[in-house]
Amino acid sequence: MADSAWVPSLAAIIQATSDAPRRHSLVVRITHWVTTLCFLALLVTGVEILISHPRFYWGEAGNVLTPPLFSLPIPASRGSVPTGYGYVLPDQNGWSRALHFQAAWLAVLTGLLYFVWGLVTGHFRKNLLPAGADLSWAAFSRVIFKRRGEGDAWSYNVLQRITYLLVIFVLFPLVIWTGLAMSPAIAGVFPGLVSVLGGQQSARTIHFFVSVFLLLFLAVHIAMVFVAGFRNRMRAMITGRAGDR
Amino acid sequence: MGNFSRRKMIAAGIGATAGAGGLALAASIAGRYGLIPPDDGGLYGAGEALTYAAQRLLTRHSMAREFSRSQITAPFANGAPPTDDEFRRLQAGGFADWRLAVDGMVARPASFSLAELKSYPSRSQITHLACEEGWSFIAEWTGVPLAHVLNVVGILPQAKYVAYFSIERGWWDSLDMADALHPQTFLTYGMNGGELPPGHGGPLRMRVPRQLGYKNVKYITRLTVTDSLKSFGKGLGSASPEAGYAWYAGI
Repeated sequence: MADSAWVPSLAAIIQATSDAPRRHSLVVRITHWVTTLCFLALLVTGVEILISHPRFYWGEAGNVLTPPLFSLPIPASRGSVPTGYGYVLPDQNGWSRALHFQAAWLAVLTGLLYFVWGLVTGHFRKNLLPAGADLSWAAFSRVIFKRRGEGDAWSYNVLQRITYLLVIFVLFPLVIWTGLAMSPAIAGVFPGLVSVLGGQQSARTIHFFVSVFLLLFLAVHIAMVFVAGFRNRMRAMITGRAGDR
Repeated sequence: MGNFSRRKMIAAGIGATAGAGGLALAASIAGRYGLIPPDDGGLYGAGEALTYAAQRLLTRHSMAREFSRSQITAPFANGAPPTDDEFRRLQAGGFADWRLAVDGMVARPASFSLAELKSYPSRSQITHLACEEGWSFIAEWTGVPLAHVLNVVGILPQAKYVAYFSIERGWWDSLDMADALHPQTFLTYGMNGGELPPGHGGPLRMRVPRQLGYKNVKYITRLTVTDSLKSFGKGLGSASPEAGYAWYAGI
């Protein structure tokens, strides 16, 4: 097949897109914004699904006849839940579930691409793994109390590295795992995935808390972008070019 | 755009063509192996198709988890039984006149009374019933495997789906053959050692423990075996997609 010489390899594409020095590579920029879109879709639809039953349980099963672990003090979108409110919110579960799973698919496939690319190119090792010397309280406090500036525009500091590694390798896998554990079909194929968590209702409860942590991360992430300089940081994540040095 | 060379454009073009071709090929293979759900159109069709195809590949022969009697929880009955005259009349007669009609692509169309269904080998399972809202309960369900009834009437080789209909107008759903013939898919008439209460779908409820609660349609009066769901309702496979919910509810 003479044609096969024309099919570019993944490495060649990566090479071709990284001619100029960039703060963020094309793969990081694309996966970042696709993940952002997916996360927002998952967040909005997740809240919509949650309000149909704002009670949480521990173990395998739970319903309004069993004691909850805790309840959120909010109204519900279904009349089957006693909330103390005299009204029922509009039910949006249909499209919310469909968009939740579609966004989850896109997020997981994007994450998979990012993960493989990160391993192949050494992205995690070079850009995210903290140096051993930086893993000390003194190094942490240097980051926290240093004067604000653009000094770290070309590299992440140790606290950023730890935070991003936690999000990528702990929170994202955990939210995918607990999401899959809620599926009755998947639970049948991989019962261990569920029993390790304590049951399907435990999986739902953990899914909620991991989502809260991800939301906290998002809030701090956006706040730090503003602190560090919104225009420069947005330009770096969109065009790849860092600010003037 | 200065460094966006001709060579890169060609490479990107080839990549995009290969990607589109790959997708078309994947869709055609998925169609051949029955991995495309009937509600694969519309804005969320791609997600529905991915979920159904992935779960069918993983779960064609898997079993829903079963539990011990000590794990049975308080059962929450979602909604109330029908209030129309026909259901009340049947209930007053102890459901002795309840019939289950089976038609479509079967060798011997038939109509069964509850007594006939109960005369077939009875099976029990202690499984989870999870609602898409987020709540769930574990109960012991007793009934006749749907596969047994399908064997009695003799399904034709071209059969691909079993549609099932409730006495409640507008409630109907369907299963592919992997779920219809699955050993845990029951026509259920008993719960936790007694009769299946009307609040839980008695006298006869479809029980599909590998899918969410809404596939477990209550008050079943008719089954139709078919090779296509296009002529049922809006052709999306069940009443659920018409209300915005996925036909396949394994997640």
